[in-house]
Amino acid sequence: MSNTPGTVGDLQQESADQSESWNMRLYIAGQTPKSLRALANLKQICEQHLAGKYHIEIIDLLENPQLASIDQILAIPTLIRKLPEPMRKIIGDLSNVERVLVGLDLRPGA
Amino acid sequence: MTEGIHERQKLARELAKAPTGITGLDEITLGGLPRGRPTLVCGSAGCGKTLLGMEFLVRGTQLGEPGVCITFEERVEDLIANVASLGFDLPQLIAEKKLRLDHVHLDPSQIEEAGEYDLEGLFVRLGYAIDAIGAQRVLLDTIEALFAGLSDTGILRAELSRLFSWLKDKGVTTIVTGERGEGQLTRHGLEEYVSDCVILLDHRVSETIFTRRLRVVKYRGSVHGTNEYPFLIDEHGIAVLPITTLDLQHTVSDERISTGIPRLDTMLGGEGYYRGSSVLVSGTAGTGKTTLGAQFVNAACGRGERCLFFGFEESLGQITRNMRSVGVDLAPWVQAGLLQYHGTRPTSYGLEMHLVKMHKLIEDFQPRVVVIDPVTSFLNSGTPNEVKGMLTRLIDFLKSREVTALMTTLTSEVEHLEQTDVHVSSLIDTWLVLRDLESGGERNRGLMVLKSRGMAHSNQIREFLLTKNGIALQDVYSGPAGVLAGSARLAQEAHEEAEELLQQYALAEKRRQSERKRKVLEAQIAALQADMAAEETELQRLARQEELRQTQRQRARFAMAQMRQADATGAPAMSGDNIHTGKRP
Repeated sequence: MSNTPGTVGDLQQESADQSESWNMRLYIAGQTPKSLRALANLKQICEQHLAGKYHIEIIDLLENPQLASIDQILAIPTLIRKLPEPMRKIIGDLSNVERVLVGLDLRPGA
Repeated sequence: MTEGIHERQKLARELAKAPTGITGLDEITLGGLPRGRPTLVCGSAGCGKTLLGMEFLVRGTQLGEPGVCITFEERVEDLIANVASLGFDLPQLIAEKKLRLDHVHLDPSQIEEAGEYDLEGLFVRLGYAIDAIGAQRVLLDTIEALFAGLSDTGILRAELSRLFSWLKDKGVTTIVTGERGEGQLTRHGLEEYVSDCVILLDHRVSETIFTRRLRVVKYRGSVHGTNEYPFLIDEHGIAVLPITTLDLQHTVSDERISTGIPRLDTMLGGEGYYRGSSVLVSGTAGTGKTTLGAQFVNAACGRGERCLFFGFEESLGQITRNMRSVGVDLAPWVQAGLLQYHGTRPTSYGLEMHLVKMHKLIEDFQPRVVVIDPVTSFLNSGTPNEVKGMLTRLIDFLKSREVTALMTTLTSEVEHLEQTDVHVSSLIDTWLVLRDLESGGERNRGLMVLKSRGMAHSNQIREFLLTKNGIALQDVYSGPAGVLAGSARLAQEAHEEAEELLQQYALAEKRRQSERKRKVLEAQIAALQADMAAEETELQRLARQEELRQTQRQRARFAMAQMRQADATGAPAMSGDNIHTGKRP
């Protein structure tokens, strides 16, 4: 695997507004096409709606399988919105942007 | 045909099986579940699927096979608490790294599906858990919960299919539980994926009695019991009871044991029952069936053997008192721990529960002799067929353990003594019938041996007496008047005795008469002999007289000759003739 979670996780944009920090975790299991697609889709959505105030952590379960039960991961890929509360869970490759926005509580224009 | 059977048996031998360790289930499946393959356990809510799965895992740890449980419904803490009542200490097993529990929680309200996904997360978790402890057994309970949590059933089905082949590749023996569906085994058709072995659990209430049942619907590549088997969940886990064992392979004993009644031993070829045989004592009310059983128990305890007495009509206190009245004291045996008495009302539980309870008690106590008094009580909790099925299993079980069983059965109709209400006669080795002998306005008890397999037994009816010293058997009087017992027998005996006496009197009289006659005759003989003697005396007297007369005459003649001066002769002639001759010239 070319990207370690650390390097991918550095996709961090310092937000001007610290209180509006978005903390997200993307669970993948190896660099599958679905995982890569999910990551690309996520980055695009974040850039579009949360520019400058998001943090994405990528966890590869093939490397850290013990983390799967902590966040109750079943489906891959799974995106978890840790912050802001409450926690949200979105599964799939995030190709359905509309549903991702609903899932993240980011209605267009909000 | 035979070749097919042979082929199947060969397969059964070749197919590797993982013993479940669950009482009875391994017998039905002839060794356990298919090793390294998934088995589907389905049934409606509350039928015991989860418990079966958990027991499979826990018993596995005892067999050196660690296990993983992925629970989709219950939380781990709940699961631990639920099975603690069966004596399973899951936290201990987890600490020993023999067991791992993982709760997969899916809350559809928290999850948004946005695009394609797979269930790799589940695979990762399962794989991680399996590898962490080297698990060989897996329980997925109930994987169908995924269908409620995820909306894309297409993905789900593909992933389930992939999961089961992945599990097979892993070589873990898996139990997958599934909820019973309408018209199919499981609500979401899990049986499509799990094709090796399917076990169906069921529970139903019939006539207010609750029974759980288990059936092996399918077992690819193996023969298995196909019937519905009742099972029970109690404080030791699950116990399944095979109704009919698949074959008759009891070890048979030649040992004979006393019935406790010497005369009855004599009737049974002189030695009593066979060890491990089943004895049926049938009879109408009050014919002494229980006493016969108690006497047998008394004898067995006397030999130091453990006995288990199931009474469905009397309490322990009642039966000890009653038996003491006929000279059988059971109390010391109870105190010595040789006799266990279990008095229950037949209607307390269903048949299966009775059977299971009896099984358990027999397992725990390991008796050599079991008495069930009476088996007809079971008719209160089931149909004759069900009772027969249950008794068949019980007798099979007892025989397989070489336990001698004595069962009593109450016969309602006097005319049908050779029939039992529970139709178990064909399973019975020795059948004793107690019957009333009514005559002369009284009722007496008769005992006969209706059948006794494998021994030369008496064909005689014996009178059965309950005395202060136990049971005594008496010959009955059989003669032109039929079979006589009780006072009729006594009367007959008295009558015969009187007749004997009369004969003796008559003989004595005859003897006296002849003695008298002899004496008379002897007297007569004496008289005649006296006569005879008198006669002889007379005769002698006459002879002497004649002699005297002769002498006298001779003398006179001589004198006369002398006087006539006759020729002098030298000497007087001795006889008259000589004298005459001498005288003549």
